[in-house]
Amino acid sequence: MRTAAAALLCWIAWIASTGALDPVGLAAGAAASAAAALALRREGAEAGLVLLHPVRLFWALVYLPVLLAFIVRSNLDVARRVIDPRLPIRPGIAKARTTLRSLPARAALANSVTLTPGTMSVDLVGDVLYVHRIWVPEEDPDGATRRELEPFEGLLRRIFE
Amino acid sequence: MTDPSGPREIAAFALMAAGVGFDLLGCVGLVRLPDVYNRLQAGTKCVTLGTFLLLLGVILLSGLDAMGWKALLCLAFLSVTSPTAAHAIARAAHRSGVPLAPGSVLDRYAEDGEGREGPEPAGGPSGDAGEGRP
Amino acid sequence: MNAMDLLLAGLLLGAALCLWRARAGPTPADRAVCVDILGILMVGFCAVLSARTGRDLYLAVGLSWALLSFVGSLALAKHLEGRRFDD
Repeated sequence: MRTAAAALLCWIAWIASTGALDPVGLAAGAAASAAAALALRREGAEAGLVLLHPVRLFWALVYLPVLLAFIVRSNLDVARRVIDPRLPIRPGIAKARTTLRSLPARAALANSVTLTPGTMSVDLVGDVLYVHRIWVPEEDPDGATRRELEPFEGLLRRIFE
Repeated sequence: MTDPSGPREIAAFALMAAGVGFDLLGCVGLVRLPDVYNRLQAGTKCVTLGTFLLLLGVILLSGLDAMGWKALLCLAFLSVTSPTAAHAIARAAHRSGVPLAPGSVLDRYAEDGEGREGPEPAGGPSGDAGEGRP
Repeated sequence: MNAMDLLLAGLLLGAALCLWRARAGPTPADRAVCVDILGILMVGFCAVLSARTGRDLYLAVGLSWALLSFVGSLALAKHLEGRRFDD
């Protein structure tokens, strides 16, 4: 059942991206989607289908503009540092605990952190996230990193958990 | 498309020009910044946003036809793959003993014994890489 | 000369800077970073090409380039760590 749903999703994506509505194109798409869904069955990738719940999708739609705003801010920040002839950086690796439980949520958090201003996730060990910062604050770098995680965690918990 | 004419094409061209601008800034950062980790930060952030903007420009230009959908799919893939690749490279660099730049003030990763040991580059993978992890 | 050609030239300049860093190193990790960044740059290059020519063939190339360069970066990272690829 779930495999069929996954194959159907793949097929829709295929049709949308090729724009081929002739019988040969549709048949090739169906074959490819079925093969992909079957190949992924063993890997348990279909578990991701629960993410298509409407409430989760709604929060994902809320999350996207938030993330985009962070990405633009982080780019302006990096651009400012790179253009400045004095190269104002004070790099280092800080750490912070995440309160998220599920693995996909943590992975999404780590990826979001990489795209936000001045931070890049280096590793996730248990629930500890190691974050490289381009500017380490004078006092309490770990606390500052922790506070930067919070806006993401609330939304990601609604999407993934 | 040849030269932009009409508001939609001009808007798309402006998006794409901004994208190329960010791409260039990212590459300048890649050249100027002092160590792998800083370079990854600048490179990943700026080049990812730059490519996002280029793809958004394509979507604006063509609408959601076959080309627009491909661009959208590309955007979705990139938003997942590019930070993941950056994270993998940063971790690998640390574990293979690449030191932080001399001005760095903090390294909790080494303090906790996760990455390289000691201030000198080990020149190879640390012995316990990948063990004892949940 | 076409407005899109300017964008292509800009991207090529970026790629040149990237290659300069790949040549300068100094560590293997720096070169891995350059390969990664160059892959993403080239996806943007394909996007501009397809906008310039109006054919979606180039975007299909860009799409597969994005996926392959991701797998390549992961493989490089694993290799740097001295681990096997199926780890």
